[in-house]
Amino acid sequence: MEIPYTVEPRPDTGLFNAKLGIWLFLASEVMLFGALFSSYILLRTGAPAWPHGRDEGLNVPLATLNTLILISSSVTMVMAWASVKLGDLKKFRLYMGLTFLCGLGFMVIKGIEYAHKFETHHYPSTNTFLAIYFTLTGLHGLHVLGGMIVNGYFWGPGAKLYGRDPERFANRIEVAGLYWHFVDLVWIFLFPTLYLL
Amino acid sequence: MDHTDAAAIRRQTKIYVAVFAALMVLTVVTVTVSYLHLSTALAIAVALLIASIKGSLVAAYFMHLIDERKAIYAILILTVAFFVVLMFVPSFGNFDQRILR
Repeated sequence: MEIPYTVEPRPDTGLFNAKLGIWLFLASEVMLFGALFSSYILLRTGAPAWPHGRDEGLNVPLATLNTLILISSSVTMVMAWASVKLGDLKKFRLYMGLTFLCGLGFMVIKGIEYAHKFETHHYPSTNTFLAIYFTLTGLHGLHVLGGMIVNGYFWGPGAKLYGRDPERFANRIEVAGLYWHFVDLVWIFLFPTLYLL
Repeated sequence: MDHTDAAAIRRQTKIYVAVFAALMVLTVVTVTVSYLHLSTALAIAVALLIASIKGSLVAAYFMHLIDERKAIYAILILTVAFFVVLMFVPSFGNFDQRILR
């Protein structure tokens, strides 16, 4: 059976179904991260004193670099989508590959940060700040990993669809991109909250 | 705007590069400001303001929200409303404590 509305917009929503689907999913993601942000506010306002990220051994220069990497990956992602739309599969492969590598770079740097914290005996159980730090960055890291799996699939075997149905493939990349930009957006708020304030 | 129009997409890619530059600059600004020893309240206000501008740029241009269908705006209005409530949940807790005392 043919999946309906993968390319042509559904008359009542004006959207292909996957786009409505990803936005509903992102709405639920806003609530997931929102609940944890709200918990952060509660923990911080309820604590007699709140440490600065730097005092807990957080590496601001490294996290700044990670922020720049993730922002770059958002740009390469949107360029990957534009390349498919313009019918340039070679450029798509280049930009999608860069997006994947940026994701990998982000995770490696995050890994270095985590490793350094464990070496200096900073664990989620150490204090409330580190508990919420590991919860928020850990959940965000899992999201990056999930996005990398999807992006890697579309860079490799998933790109076969381009030959059969380029419009549908472009839509898949748009949907994957919406998710990836959301993950970037979450980090844009996590970074100052945990590292700079 | 029709996304399938090649000329329109080429125009958009120029905007993406400009947004990219703005996001890079704002990241450097927010880190620089954090070293200025502002009062906590002011530091939080400035950091959240910059993050909101960056977030809006990503949502508006990379996620194409500047030019989207009504159905998506409807979902997002509802999401924002619940999100705002969620952010005020911590203050409900303080309210309870005052009653208990």
